[in-house]
Amino acid sequence: MTNPDLLLLFAGMGLVTYLPRFIPLALFAKREVPAWFSEWLSYIPSALLAALLVPELILSKTGLEVSFDFWNPRLLVAVPTFLLAAKTKSLGGTVVAGMLLYWLALKIIEASLSG
Amino acid sequence: MNGNDQDRDKNFLKEGLGAAWPICLGYMPIGMALGVLAQKAGLGAWDVALMSVLVFAGSAQFICVSMLVGGAASAPIIITTFVVNLRHVLLSSSLAKYLDSMNIKGLALFAYGVTDESFGVNYTRFFTGGWSPKKALVVNHASNACWIVCTVAGAYFGELIPAGAFGIDYALIAMFIGLLVFQIRGLIYTAAALIAGLCAAIMALFVDGNMNIIVGAMMGATACLAIRRTVFFKRLEKAREAKS
Repeated sequence: MTNPDLLLLFAGMGLVTYLPRFIPLALFAKREVPAWFSEWLSYIPSALLAALLVPELILSKTGLEVSFDFWNPRLLVAVPTFLLAAKTKSLGGTVVAGMLLYWLALKIIEASLSG
Repeated sequence: MNGNDQDRDKNFLKEGLGAAWPICLGYMPIGMALGVLAQKAGLGAWDVALMSVLVFAGSAQFICVSMLVGGAASAPIIITTFVVNLRHVLLSSSLAKYLDSMNIKGLALFAYGVTDESFGVNYTRFFTGGWSPKKALVVNHASNACWIVCTVAGAYFGELIPAGAFGIDYALIAMFIGLLVFQIRGLIYTAAALIAGLCAAIMALFVDGNMNIIVGAMMGATACLAIRRTVFFKRLEKAREAKS
């Protein structure tokens, strides 16, 4: 059984996670928003996806130190994955192909390091 | 709901699940990893299940586990969770216009499953057409169910699975690549992505946590709002239109 402290903690975390998800939906679903705001929102998906993705691809962490790293398997595999996504327009296909390419890249790196 | 909507929603379960499976694949390694860490931190499988059900936010759950290990009290963990998950405001705001046919109960149910991943999939589908709130709801809750199962499975037998098997660690990155590519439908969206991505990366060098994601995204969007209004960009777009 979960102890009451943990239950309270998770409930609190749940609440502060839920409200930022819910309030904008309740506010904006049925209301006209100003044109500039809706234009701004239309840029958010590409901007946010890139903000999630780019640091993963071009930064590496050694210990606590974060630094630019333009020669890592994540970025190398991203190039063909990008091309595949643009060519196939299939999300599932992109995910599976990306996984396989990454697996292959790690194997090759492993082999070249031991050989 | 009009007849057109009903027609469109005939296979909502099948279509929703069909759109959700890449998310589930991506959640597998991360959910399992979370389960393993949580179990090492002294949480039982039930605790993990409860946390995933109540919170359903991957990065916040990782941070919670590591803060618990560090001996943090509840208040700082809850405040950190709030800050880490504030970016959902942006996701929900962008999605809202597609959900105007839902009543408040439907929106309340939908809000529970708004994540980076479900947002990316749903927004792309809504934008390209043929998508409905009902299908989007299936995507949200299918990925949520999968997340709960994966985190609990991780707490039970995560350590038996070799790390990095079949490149599954790359699943979410590949998914974000795909979703980003589908979003880019003009010069201005490329600009939004480049500015946001670089700002987020540069900021990550100096600031801990994931505020860089929110700030980067907002900088990208704001910059594009400004760029769009410059004379140079208007000329550029006109020239492209003339060409095509």
